[in-house]
Amino acid sequence: MADKATIIVHSGDMDKVSSALIIANGALAMGMEVSLFFTFWGLQRLKKGGLEKGPLSKMNMLGLGKWMVKRKMKKAGVVSLERMMQDFKELGGKILACDMTMEIMGIKQEDLREELISDYCAVGTYLNEARESKITLFI
Amino acid sequence: MAEIKVDCRGETCPVPLVETRKALRKAKEGDVVEVIGTHPSSKKEIPMAVKALGLELLNVEETDGVWKIRIKR
Repeated sequence: MADKATIIVHSGDMDKVSSALIIANGALAMGMEVSLFFTFWGLQRLKKGGLEKGPLSKMNMLGLGKWMVKRKMKKAGVVSLERMMQDFKELGGKILACDMTMEIMGIKQEDLREELISDYCAVGTYLNEARESKITLFI
Repeated sequence: MAEIKVDCRGETCPVPLVETRKALRKAKEGDVVEVIGTHPSSKKEIPMAVKALGLELLNVEETDGVWKIRIKR
Protein backbone atom coordinates (compact mmCIF):
# COMPACT_ATOMS: atom_id res chain seq x y z
CA MET A 1 0.00 0.00 0.00
CA ALA A 2 1.20 3.51 -0.81
CA ASP A 3 2.22 5.93 1.93
CA LYS A 4 -0.52 8.33 2.86
CA ALA A 5 -0.87 12.01 3.82
CA THR A 6 -3.94 13.43 5.54
CA ILE A 7 -4.36 17.18 5.78
CA ILE A 8 -7.00 19.09 7.72
CA VAL A 9 -7.88 22.31 5.91
CA HIS A 10 -9.31 24.36 8.78
CA SER A 11 -8.32 27.77 7.48
CA GLY A 12 -10.11 29.38 4.56
CA ASP A 13 -7.30 31.90 4.03
CA MET A 14 -6.12 32.01 0.45
CA ASP A 15 -2.44 31.53 1.29
CA LYS A 16 -3.12 28.59 3.63
CA VAL A 17 -5.43 26.79 1.21
CA SER A 18 -2.71 27.34 -1.37
CA SER A 19 -0.09 25.71 0.89
CA ALA A 20 -2.42 22.78 1.59
CA LEU A 21 -2.98 22.16 -2.14
CA ILE A 22 0.71 22.52 -3.01
CA ILE A 23 1.69 19.96 -0.36
CA ALA A 24 -1.20 17.68 -1.36
CA ASN A 25 -0.29 17.76 -5.04
CA GLY A 26 3.39 17.28 -4.28
CA ALA A 27 2.54 14.21 -2.21
CA LEU A 28 0.34 12.77 -4.98
CA ALA A 29 3.10 13.45 -7.50
CA MET A 30 5.53 11.51 -5.31
CA GLY A 31 3.22 8.51 -5.30
CA MET A 32 1.41 9.02 -2.00
CA GLU A 33 -2.31 8.81 -1.34
CA VAL A 34 -3.80 12.07 -0.06
CA SER A 35 -6.99 13.00 1.79
CA LEU A 36 -7.94 16.62 2.41
CA PHE A 37 -10.43 17.07 5.24
CA PHE A 38 -12.18 20.44 4.86
CA THR A 39 -13.66 21.87 8.04
CA PHE A 40 -14.72 25.25 9.49
CA TRP A 41 -13.37 28.17 7.44
CA GLY A 42 -11.73 25.76 5.06
CA LEU A 43 -15.11 24.28 4.14
CA GLN A 44 -16.27 27.71 2.92
CA ARG A 45 -13.78 27.30 0.07
CA LEU A 46 -15.71 24.29 -1.24
CA LYS A 47 -18.85 26.36 -1.73
CA LYS A 48 -19.78 27.01 -5.35
CA GLY A 49 -17.63 29.94 -6.50
CA GLY A 50 -15.85 30.07 -3.14
CA LEU A 51 -12.41 28.60 -3.83
CA GLU A 52 -10.59 31.84 -4.58
CA LYS A 53 -12.60 33.95 -2.14
CA GLY A 54 -10.42 33.58 0.97
CA PRO A 55 -8.53 36.56 2.40
CA LEU A 56 -4.79 36.64 2.99
CA SER A 57 -3.94 35.35 6.50
CA LYS A 58 -1.73 38.39 7.20
CA MET A 59 -1.73 41.92 5.80
CA ASN A 60 -4.97 41.39 3.88
CA MET A 61 -5.73 45.12 4.29
CA LEU A 62 -9.36 44.79 3.15
CA GLY A 63 -8.25 42.86 0.12
CA LEU A 64 -5.46 45.18 -1.02
CA GLY A 65 -2.76 42.89 0.37
CA LYS A 66 -4.39 39.87 -1.25
CA TRP A 67 -4.58 41.69 -4.57
CA MET A 68 -0.87 42.55 -4.38
CA VAL A 69 0.18 39.04 -3.43
CA LYS A 70 -2.02 37.51 -6.15
CA ARG A 71 -0.43 39.82 -8.70
CA LYS A 72 3.06 38.77 -7.59
CA MET A 73 2.06 35.10 -7.64
CA LYS A 74 0.76 35.43 -11.18
CA LYS A 75 3.97 37.13 -12.26
CA ALA A 76 6.00 34.31 -10.71
CA GLY A 77 3.94 31.76 -12.67
CA VAL A 78 2.08 30.32 -9.68
CA VAL A 79 -1.06 28.53 -10.88
CA SER A 80 -4.55 29.28 -9.51
CA LEU A 81 -6.21 27.38 -6.67
CA GLU A 82 -8.73 26.11 -9.21
CA ARG A 83 -5.98 24.64 -11.37
CA MET A 84 -4.40 22.99 -8.33
CA MET A 85 -7.77 21.58 -7.31
CA GLN A 86 -8.27 20.08 -10.79
CA ASP A 87 -4.75 18.57 -10.66
CA PHE A 88 -5.49 17.20 -7.19
CA LYS A 89 -8.59 15.39 -8.44
CA GLU A 90 -6.89 14.20 -11.63
CA LEU A 91 -4.09 12.60 -9.60
CA GLY A 92 -6.62 10.73 -7.48
CA GLY A 93 -6.77 12.91 -4.33
CA LYS A 94 -9.73 12.54 -2.01
CA ILE A 95 -11.76 15.39 -0.51
CA LEU A 96 -13.76 14.96 2.68
CA ALA A 97 -16.27 17.55 3.92
CA CYS A 98 -17.02 17.99 7.63
CA ASP A 99 -20.74 17.50 8.14
CA MET A 100 -20.75 19.19 11.56
CA THR A 101 -19.47 22.42 10.01
CA MET A 102 -22.22 22.11 7.41
CA GLU A 103 -24.80 21.85 10.18
CA ILE A 104 -23.40 24.75 12.27
CA MET A 105 -23.03 27.06 9.30
CA GLY A 106 -26.21 26.01 7.56
CA ILE A 107 -24.43 24.71 4.47
CA LYS A 108 -26.31 22.18 2.35
CA GLN A 109 -24.75 19.62 0.05
CA GLU A 110 -26.11 21.48 -2.96
CA ASP A 111 -24.28 24.66 -1.79
CA LEU A 112 -21.00 22.79 -2.17
CA ARG A 113 -19.14 21.61 -5.25
CA GLU A 114 -20.38 18.07 -4.87
CA GLU A 115 -18.38 16.84 -7.87
CA LEU A 116 -15.16 17.39 -5.86
CA ILE A 117 -16.29 15.75 -2.64
CA SER A 118 -15.77 12.04 -2.03
CA ASP A 119 -17.56 11.88 1.31
CA TYR A 120 -19.35 13.87 4.02
CA CYS A 121 -18.09 12.80 7.40
CA ALA A 122 -16.89 13.57 10.91
CA VAL A 123 -13.91 13.17 13.22
CA GLY A 124 -14.01 9.37 13.19
CA THR A 125 -13.33 9.24 9.46
CA TYR A 126 -10.48 11.72 9.81
CA LEU A 127 -8.89 9.66 12.60
CA ASN A 128 -9.34 6.44 10.69
CA GLU A 129 -7.43 7.99 7.78
CA ALA A 130 -4.88 9.82 9.95
CA ARG A 131 -3.89 6.78 12.00
CA GLU A 132 -2.66 5.04 8.87
CA SER A 133 -0.97 8.15 7.44
CA LYS A 134 2.75 8.88 7.46
CA ILE A 135 2.03 12.60 7.34
CA THR A 136 -0.83 14.52 8.91
CA LEU A 137 -1.05 18.31 8.95
CA PHE A 138 -3.47 20.85 10.36
CA ILE A 139 -3.58 23.96 8.21
CA MET B 1 7.32 2.31 -26.91
CA ALA B 2 6.28 5.91 -27.03
CA GLU B 3 8.18 9.01 -26.01
CA ILE B 4 6.11 11.58 -24.16
CA LYS B 5 7.32 15.17 -23.90
CA VAL B 6 6.31 17.52 -21.12
CA ASP B 7 7.24 21.20 -21.39
CA CYS B 8 7.26 22.98 -18.01
CA ARG B 9 9.48 25.90 -18.94
CA GLY B 10 8.46 28.97 -16.96
CA GLU B 11 6.29 26.96 -14.56
CA THR B 12 6.93 26.96 -10.83
CA CYS B 13 6.19 24.77 -7.79
CA PRO B 14 4.35 22.38 -7.82
CA VAL B 15 3.51 22.28 -11.54
CA PRO B 16 6.64 20.52 -12.94
CA LEU B 17 6.28 17.74 -10.37
CA VAL B 18 2.53 17.42 -10.95
CA GLU B 19 2.81 17.46 -14.76
CA THR B 20 5.55 14.82 -14.58
CA ARG B 21 3.29 12.61 -12.48
CA LYS B 22 0.34 13.12 -14.83
CA ALA B 23 2.48 12.10 -17.81
CA LEU B 24 3.85 9.06 -15.97
CA ARG B 25 0.33 7.95 -15.09
CA LYS B 26 -0.70 8.13 -18.73
CA ALA B 27 2.46 6.41 -19.98
CA LYS B 28 2.57 2.68 -20.56
CA GLU B 29 5.27 0.45 -19.20
CA GLY B 30 8.45 0.97 -21.22
CA ASP B 31 7.46 4.46 -22.41
CA VAL B 32 9.90 7.30 -21.87
CA VAL B 33 8.75 10.61 -20.39
CA GLU B 34 10.96 13.61 -21.11
CA VAL B 35 10.37 16.71 -19.00
CA ILE B 36 11.97 20.07 -19.71
CA GLY B 37 11.75 22.99 -17.34
CA THR B 38 13.41 25.95 -15.67
CA HIS B 39 12.24 25.75 -12.01
CA PRO B 40 15.51 25.03 -10.13
CA SER B 41 14.16 22.89 -7.25
CA SER B 42 12.18 20.66 -9.60
CA LYS B 43 15.45 19.52 -11.18
CA LYS B 44 16.33 17.93 -7.84
CA GLU B 45 12.83 16.94 -6.81
CA ILE B 46 11.58 15.19 -9.94
CA PRO B 47 14.39 12.60 -9.53
CA MET B 48 13.27 12.19 -5.88
CA ALA B 49 9.72 11.48 -7.06
CA VAL B 50 11.02 9.03 -9.70
CA LYS B 51 12.86 7.14 -6.95
CA ALA B 52 9.79 7.17 -4.68
CA LEU B 53 7.68 5.82 -7.54
CA GLY B 54 10.22 3.06 -8.18
CA LEU B 55 10.83 4.10 -11.78
CA GLU B 56 14.04 4.45 -13.74
CA LEU B 57 15.78 7.81 -14.10
CA LEU B 58 17.51 7.74 -17.48
CA ASN B 59 19.33 11.06 -17.35
CA VAL B 60 19.34 14.66 -16.15
CA GLU B 61 21.07 17.44 -18.03
CA GLU B 62 21.04 21.21 -17.98
CA THR B 63 22.07 23.90 -20.43
CA ASP B 64 21.65 27.63 -19.82
CA GLY B 65 19.18 27.18 -16.97
CA VAL B 66 16.93 24.77 -18.88
CA TRP B 67 17.00 21.24 -17.56
CA LYS B 68 15.87 18.03 -19.22
CA ILE B 69 14.98 14.89 -17.32
CA ARG B 70 14.27 11.54 -18.93
CA ILE B 71 12.32 8.87 -17.08
CA LYS B 72 11.40 5.32 -18.07
CA ARG B 73 8.00 4.10 -16.96
